[in-house]
Parts: sequence; structure tokens; C-alpha cells
Amino acid sequence: MMPVSKWRQVLAVPLGAILHGMNSLPESLRDMLRPGEEALAHLEPDLDENSRFANSHLLLTDQRLLCRGHDGSLGEWPRRDGLVLERFDHAGTGHLELKDETSLIASWRYTLGRDQAARELVMRFRGNEPESAQTDEQASIPVSPRALLRLWRFARPYRGKLLSGFLLSLASTAAAMIPPYLTMPLMDDVLIPFQNGKAIDIPLVERYLGGLFAAALIAWALGWARTYILARVSERIGADLRIATYRHLHGLSLEYFGGKRTGDLVARIGSETDRINVFLSLHLLDFATDLLMIGMTAAVLLSINPMLALVTLLPLPFIVWMIHAVRDKLRHGFEQADRVWSEITNVLTDTIPGIRVVKAFAQEEREVKRFVDANAHNLAVNDRVNTVWSLFAPSVTLLTEIGLLVVWIFGIWQVSTSKITVGVLTAFLAYITRFYSRLDSMSRIVSVTQKAAAGAKRIFEILDQSSSVPEASKPVHPGRVEGSIEAKDIEFRYGSRAILHGVDLSISPGEMIGLVGQSGSGKSTLINLICRFYDPARGAILVDGRDIRSYPIEEYRQNIGLVLQEPFLFFGTIAENIAYGKPDASMEEIVSAARAAHAHEFILRLPFGYDSLVGERGQTLSGGERQRISIARAILIDPRILILDEATSSVDTETEREIQGALDNLVSGRTTIAIAHRLSTLRRADRLVVMEKGRIVEIGRHDDLLEAKGVYYRLHEAQQVKENA
Amino acid sequence: MLELSKNAFGRLVLGQAEVAPVRAFPVTNPQSGISLVDSNGKELAWIANLEDLEMRERKLVEEALQAREFLPEILRLSSVSRHAAPCEWRVETDKGKTAFKLDSEDDIRRISSSLVVTDSHGVSFLIRDPAALDRHSRRLLGSFL
Ligand SMILES: Nc1ncnc2c1ncn2[C@@H]1O[C@H](COP(=O)(O)OP(=O)(O)OP(=O)(O)O)[C@@H](O)[C@H]1O
Ligand SMILES: [Mg+2]
Repeated sequence: MMPVSKWRQVLAVPLGAILHGMNSLPESLRDMLRPGEEALAHLEPDLDENSRFANSHLLLTDQRLLCRGHDGSLGEWPRRDGLVLERFDHAGTGHLELKDETSLIASWRYTLGRDQAARELVMRFRGNEPESAQTDEQASIPVSPRALLRLWRFARPYRGKLLSGFLLSLASTAAAMIPPYLTMPLMDDVLIPFQNGKAIDIPLVERYLGGLFAAALIAWALGWARTYILARVSERIGADLRIATYRHLHGLSLEYFGGKRTGDLVARIGSETDRINVFLSLHLLDFATDLLMIGMTAAVLLSINPMLALVTLLPLPFIVWMIHAVRDKLRHGFEQADRVWSEITNVLTDTIPGIRVVKAFAQEEREVKRFVDANAHNLAVNDRVNTVWSLFAPSVTLLTEIGLLVVWIFGIWQVSTSKITVGVLTAFLAYITRFYSRLDSMSRIVSVTQKAAAGAKRIFEILDQSSSVPEASKPVHPGRVEGSIEAKDIEFRYGSRAILHGVDLSISPGEMIGLVGQSGSGKSTLINLICRFYDPARGAILVDGRDIRSYPIEEYRQNIGLVLQEPFLFFGTIAENIAYGKPDASMEEIVSAARAAHAHEFILRLPFGYDSLVGERGQTLSGGERQRISIARAILIDPRILILDEATSSVDTETEREIQGALDNLVSGRTTIAIAHRLSTLRRADRLVVMEKGRIVEIGRHDDLLEAKGVYYRLHEAQQVKENA
Repeated sequence: MLELSKNAFGRLVLGQAEVAPVRAFPVTNPQSGISLVDSNGKELAWIANLEDLEMRERKLVEEALQAREFLPEILRLSSVSRHAAPCEWRVETDKGKTAFKLDSEDDIRRISSSLVVTDSHGVSFLIRDPAALDRHSRRLLGSFL
């Protein structure tokens, strides 16, 4: 039985609340309650005995366990001694089993969404108050479909510049409106009188032509200023967006990265931010100016000749309708295209780091094929969007051409009946070409907008993700910790797979613990929790008597030196890699840390010593060498808590003995947890903790554990046999 | 021949030991390769093919498999609340109709020619052959791939 943990605030659920949650309780079950019988907990198992989806009801009272099956059958089991209710889960479903000493009496099954209720029911059954619901239930991420509007946050700091860019483009387009206006008098006052035998008025022509030239010059200067300003703003918004996303990414827990592929993240932060900033700074403004321009043109046209103007605006409603029709289709299409693009990047980020394996197994052809397949998928998706898009743009053009035709017909008729002059018609036609080209570019924005919306959604998917190891709201600064560690009744799962079940462990400051157990028993997982890479689903880890969730994560981790099972070296020099946790370390410090880790001598053998560059994954170093560098890295920060996860697994016995000597010095005075498969490595440990299948099964000194002839004894025997063989 | 039976706690027993049947290839080849493992995860027997067993034993194993595993196969997508995640899917599976929430398109994973969809609670659903779904389902599914 699980003890009620006293250190956590337990919350008694008032009865009213339970009954309130039982509104869905079927009449037949409610009717079964005897007078005075008190309902304690309720669960709706949603799977039947053949694991088909079917809702039933399970009600716990102070006297009985009542059940109403999905078929309406009723069952009751009076509570008595010897009756136990067990809960376990496997592969996304939870099981409740009611049994006595001799046999199974009844069982229920549910999908894990109802696990909280099931746990409560079990706790109640055992006579305990249920624990207050933990933040087990991940807050669902509200991704607004209006992702584009949310981008304003990134454009805001530049609103001044954006406004001036907008005004400039407005002015430059206004300047571009002048030439067609001047064609009217040129036609009516100069060319047509000339055709009718009047001489050309040279000064007048000069004035008009000068005006045309000046307008062109002004439009050019304004356009240049606008492009310059907006391009700068665009780059800055892009950088802000990228940095914000990247910074946020670093705040997320390992859990998030575990579920993502590198290529996908690279694509999101790399190319999609780029598309968004171009959208924000260029297309959006263009759209606004287009809109204004269309308004202005319409006003000019109306002022010249309202009748003709109305005819001109005829295709507009059709275009608006078309935009509306294709918008969603385009957005989903572009979103899909983005995902497929990530897939292509994923193939690259998968194979390039694994290139040695690819070559060793001569699978180049197959990897190329994988890439070809991803590209084929990409083509298929893009073809689909392009079908919509390619039809859309020419349709808009067609509509505008038809509009032009209508204007010609109507205009010629008006000229023939002398309602308007040739000049007015020419001006109209000049304006209208501009007007329609605006419409055209406006319709193009439909695609960029939807592209940006798709990208924005994927960016906000990152930005909306809250870390599953959240910072405390009222953090307590740990400073330099004493180093006592206490794990209290820890449970942990990766996804739906339970890994740790009720781990209790208490380590005093300065103690060295050897953590042993079969591969996959959860040793690294326990350490991940102590480092707060993940938070336990239940239970807590206390360092210096305080829940580590109350410390600021960064300050807390500065107390921990970690040597990982798979050492990772960043691109940079060896010195930089050793000083990773303490960038301002002096040369002496770096060298002495390397000495302590027995890395000094092999480093000196490298052509550039401490300045040798190590590749993306430290390709030029051997496994043992990399491990020693990561030991030096941990030593350098002089941590209060030292964690060694198989720190010496890939070195030969000779080197291990050397490192062991170094570690011995290092270990003294620090709380140390060392994981090792070679049990001999752990001789210095004060206590050995033996794990099996996510539980601690034995704790004690080497000799005592051998005497107990338990799990440790068997592990030890197996190794003796191997070593003697 | 395997000495299989079922005990009073409803567990499969091989000889003296409680065992659990585990499919080695639940997605790509569920009928072949079934291992009987004890509570420590140690393999006690290997069934190359369910059809190799006698009727009675086969039934026992199948029953135990059913009690243990849960991978409903999606036969039809009835509707989705939106054409992009997060959204709710209403589906018809071989285990009956249900609805679940999909958090992200990343939770749809391709395993050889099948798709495995994991819902917000970690329950997995199988789409054995996306190409074999009806047109309506394929169209709905299409926007998530
Ligand atoms: N990120 C992860 N996601 C899902 N499951 C995981 C993850 N990391 C580990 N596991 C699983 O959790 C279990 C415990 O893993 P853990 O790494 O703690 O084992 P270990 O005791 O350190 O083993 P070893 O001695 O081989 O390092 C394993 O069954 C493993 O498959
Ligand atoms: Mg490990």
C-alpha cells in the first residue's frame, strides 16, 4: 500500500464536490444507494471486457463498490477485509482489478484520460484521502487560428518605422497616380486639337511633360526610401522572431525534445521565421497600400465619370468571392507543404550525423531513396496546392481582362454619343490598368498570407509550449547546496510507459552512492529527475530538504556536475569544451581539471593541444577520450553534487583505474551518485543502491549485499564468472 | 506443446509461472512472433505463429493478448473538428466508435506502411493502410500528413 505522504499538502475533497461530479451517474446506480450510504468516488471505465469502447460506471461508497455495466447490468461488492483493489496501466490503458486472497473477482479497463479518477478511487478504497491532483494533466495548448494577428507582438517594436514605410509607399503610389491624370489634358488640349488642324502649344506640352518626369522622379525616390526602410525592418523582425523562438526552445524540458526531430525544429526556426518577417514587413504593407490605392483610384474614377467608374468596378465582387473560397484550402495546403519540407530536412539531419553507420553498412543507395521519397511526397503536396493556386491567379487576370473589355465597349459607346472626350477615356484606361494590376497583386497576397499563417502556426506551436519543468513562481535561491538528496515516493513515465514506481531514497551530504542494476532498470531516468530534466509524475525530490521544484532551474543545476553516458562535445576547441560550464575558467583551472580527469596527456599528444578543434560530435576523439573530457568538464565547475552515469564505461581497465584514482579525490566531500555496470568501479561507494524494473530493491554495503544473496549477489556472481572466464 | 492454463486471477500461466504474451511486431506482423514473458520480462517461450498452436491454447493466448494490449484500428474517420491540429477526431475503430484529441501533427507517425496516431492521453490508434480507407477518411486524413 502506498503511504500517504505527509510532506505534501493533502486535499480532502468535500462530498458535495464528488456528488457534483456524479451528475452523469445513471439513475439505476443512484437508486442503489441505501439511506445514509455515502458515495466516495466515481469512475467511468470506458472499455468493456473485450476492450471495446463502452462506458460503464463504478461507484465507491463507504459500504460497497457498485458497478453498472455498459449493458445495464448491475454489480455490487460489499467492502470487507482481504478485498484489494489494484490499479496498473499498460500501453495507454489502465486496469482496475478487484481481488481477494484466492482469485480475481472483477476487473475494469479504461483509457488513461481517466487515470486521475481511477487513482482517486483506489486511494479511497484503501481508506486514504486522495492526493491533491497534480499538474499531471498537461494544460492543453490553445493554438489560436488567428496566429497571424499574434505576430503583431513582433512587429510592435518597429511600428514607427513600419508606419513611415507605409506612408512612403502611399506617397510613392500617389505620385504614380499623377501621370495618367496628365494624359487627359495632353490628349484633349494638345493632341486632338492638333489633329483638328491647330498648332501644338509648345510651352504647354513642356509643362505637362515636365510634370510627368517630375512625378516619375518623385515616385522613384520615395520607392527607394521605402524599400530601404522596410528591408531593414524585415531583417530585424526576422531576427527577433528567430531569437525568441530559439530562447524559448532552450527553456523547454527534455521531454519536448524527445518528441521532436531535429530537422523539423531547424526548418521551423530557420526558414519559416524568414517567410513570416517578409510577410510582416513587405506583403502586409503592400496589401495596405494596395487597398488604399484601390480606394483612391476608385475615388478619382468616380470624380471623372461615375457611370464609367461603376462599370469598371464590376469584377471586384467576383474576386472577393474567389479569395474567400480558396483561402482555407491554400492555408492547409501550405501548412502541409511546410511539414513535408521538415521531412526533407529530417532526412538530412538523420543521415549526416549517422554517416559512418550508413557507409559501414553500404546503405547509401537506400538513404538516397529515402530522400527521393521525401521529395516525391513534397512534390505531391505542392502540386496539390499549386493546382488551386495556379488556377486562382489566372482567373483573377481573366476577370480583370473582361473588365477592361467592358470599359472599352462602354467607353467607345459614350465617346460616340459625345458624352465623354477621348482624353477621359484614355485616362480611364490608364487608371484602370493600374487598378487591375493592384487587384492582381492583392490577390497574390492571399497565397503569401496563407503561407505566413501556416508558418506562424508552426512557430507558435513552439512559443506556446510551456516547459514541463516549469520555473517556480516564488523561487528560493539555493546558493551552494549542502548536498543532501531525498527522493520521496517517485513515480515517472515516458509517455504512457511507466518507468519508475515509487522510488524512495535518502542520501546524506558528502555520501557516495553506487547505483547498480540491469540495463533499462531506470538508473539514468532517476538521475534525469535529480537533475530536473524531467519532473516526476508523483512524489518529489528534495535537495537540502527542499523540493527542487522551488529552486530556479539554472541556479540549481550549477550545483550539479554531470558526466553522461553518451558524452557530447560541442564544436570548438578542447579547452572550450572543458570550460563549457564555466566559460571564464583560467588556463590553470582547465589544465588541472584535465589532469584530474586523466585527459591531460592525451590532449598534449594532439597536434594543437588544448586548442585542437573537436568536430560536431567529437569525431576526431575516441570514445574514452571524449568521456574523459566530459569528466574534466564536470570537475571544473566544482559541483556539490556529482553524477557519473557510466562515466568510465568506454575506457580500458588500465585507464579506468587511473580515472578512478582521480575520481576518488574528486568524490571526497561531494554528494556523488555513480552508475556503473562494472561493479568493481563502485568499491569506494558508501552504499550501493540496487534497482530493478523501476524500483529500488536493495540498499546496503557491498559485503552486506553479498551476504544477503539477493539481486546484487546475482549481478556480482555473473560478473565474477565473466571475469574469470 | 506448451502447458498453458489460466489461473484464478485471470492470468495466463505457463507451467508454474504467470506469463504475459507480447507481440513482437504489433504493427507490421501481429499474427506472427509472440513471446511469452514472465513478470521479470524474461522470455519463457516463443510462438512463431499463432496458427501453430492448438485451438485451446491459441484461445488462451488470444484472450490474454486482448486483455493486455490496446491498439484500436481506425477503420473510418467520421469527422475532425478542424483540418489542423490541435483538434478532435471522431473515428470508427474495430473497438467501436470513439473520439480523441490530437495535439499535434507530429503525433501521427509512420511505421512502414501504417500510421500510428497517439492521442493527447498517450493512447495509440492504428491506421493499418491509409490508402485502403474510404475517400472521405482519406480526404480528412490527408490534411494532417
Ligand atoms: N526518453 C525516453 N523516452 C522513452 N523511454 C525512455 C526514454 N529514456 C529511457 N527510456 C526507457 O526507460 C527505461 C529506463 O531507462 P534508463 O535509461 O533509466 O535505464 P538505465 O538503468 O540507465 O539503463 P542502462 O544501464 O542501460 O543505462 C528503459 O526501458 C528505456 O527504454
Ligand atoms: Mg543509463
